[in-house]
Amino acid sequence: MIAVQELTVRLGKADVVRGVSFSVPRGGAFGIVGESGSGKSTILRTVAGLVPEWSGGMWIDGDRLTRTRSKASYRRLQMVFQDPYGSLHPRQTVDQLLSEPLLVHGIAGVDARVARALDEVSLLGPLRFRYPHQLSGGQRQRVAIARALIAEPALLLLDEPTSALDVSVQAEILNLLADLRRQRNLTYILVSHDLAVVAHLCPRIGVMHHGEMVEQATVDDLRAGRVFHPQTAALHALHLLLERV
Amino acid sequence: MLIEVEHLTVSFPAESGWRDVVRDVSFSVGKERLGIVGESGSGKSLTARALLRLLPTGHRWSAERLRFEDIDLLRADEAALTRLRGRRVGLVLQDPRFSLNPVMTAGQQIAETWRTHKGGSRRDARSAAIDLLRQMRIGDPERVADAYPHELSGGLGQRVMIAMMLAPDPDLLIADEPTSALDAAVQVEILRLLDDLVARRGMGLVLISHDLPMVSRHCDRIIVMRAGQIVEEVPAGGLAEARHPYTRGLLRCLPSLLHPRARLPSLRDTSGWPAS
Repeated sequence: MIAVQELTVRLGKADVVRGVSFSVPRGGAFGIVGESGSGKSTILRTVAGLVPEWSGGMWIDGDRLTRTRSKASYRRLQMVFQDPYGSLHPRQTVDQLLSEPLLVHGIAGVDARVARALDEVSLLGPLRFRYPHQLSGGQRQRVAIARALIAEPALLLLDEPTSALDVSVQAEILNLLADLRRQRNLTYILVSHDLAVVAHLCPRIGVMHHGEMVEQATVDDLRAGRVFHPQTAALHALHLLLERV
Repeated sequence: MLIEVEHLTVSFPAESGWRDVVRDVSFSVGKERLGIVGESGSGKSLTARALLRLLPTGHRWSAERLRFEDIDLLRADEAALTRLRGRRVGLVLQDPRFSLNPVMTAGQQIAETWRTHKGGSRRDARSAAIDLLRQMRIGDPERVADAYPHELSGGLGQRVMIAMMLAPDPDLLIADEPTSALDAAVQVEILRLLDDLVARRGMGLVLISHDLPMVSRHCDRIIVMRAGQIVEEVPAGGLAEARHPYTRGLLRCLPSLLHPRARLPSLRDTSGWPAS
């Protein structure tokens, strides 16, 4: 569904992503893990079209992504950010936030679609006319997910979508993301520093280190400790330590 | 005992009268490592701030007893509080980017704290600051001392913050989510450093976090808070035997690398404690 080939991203004088290749089939989920500054979020932002300077190739359903993108190409993919408070316009109600993508893309039946989108992320009707600051962190992240999905993209880019949430709310959002992927046959690329979160949603992961994807492995391999690169082994050992109670 | 708290209640004005955000909380802390765990809104941070009488304006608080060793915090005036804050109790907050002064170098800030509490010359203060940075296991303390906060990584910033808090040799360190802004590997380093410092200096530590497994690794005793109340107190090693449904729920809803599950249980499904 999406293929990334030899992607290199230059920010200022440094190549922050170097020669990264991976692909995700339709309905699949690929997780990217690594330390902060390893380039994992930059990959996501480049796929999303938020970074202008890159080289290599990116394809969605066989169509090559270019530096300038058409409106139609933006409809195919959407991004969910870590902090839902920073990513939702503070002066727009939930209703306005959800209607905007529909108006931009000229999609009809706004009222019914907004109601259905809220229903799908289990937000109750009265919340529709509230502002982001009147919602809890979990509700805000549900709005961000509803907004990302309302124009019916095929690919969802998730950048630390649960890192700012309480563990109980994180559990609800992870369940919601798993349900939505199954129901809509969505494709996910998920970036997180938390290996357990990534392993929960993604059957395959890539490990980033200093801008390079040093290893790709299935979650089963990772659980069994069948990993080869020292960075992956270190990450694995660290998370076993973190899970010990 | 370093700290004794009995029947502490903190309230804020709401649309319909006062709302209690900390409700009838009692505990004590000695020269040990106490963890306070809870989700956002559980009152864990306000409880810690009440220990330093650092509550936001507009609140109302009461307690039957609130003491730090010989200081009666129910009656302490500003002068007594100033002698307590920083000097005897240090406070480390979540994000060093917001708690360090952006226009002073790291070394200047540590030196200033050191001189405020201990006096001495500028030169003594500078060498004390560099020595403190070295104790934070920073390999090149001179370089870090001359750096401004924006030139430091999150992990280094937090080490600077801890160095500053330890400059007056406090008896107790309160760390409120000290590693939440850091990535996993740096988190482990900072917590090991805190472990080591607390043991070597014989300080007490109050570690506040939402991360129950992390707190259990670095504390002796854990208080679990929910909706302003203490729901359970467990020895850190006995987390597996925790009884309260809320504590068990907090542990169960974490995704696990080793024990995969198709769905994560949500705390809303759990009943068994009184509705707030």
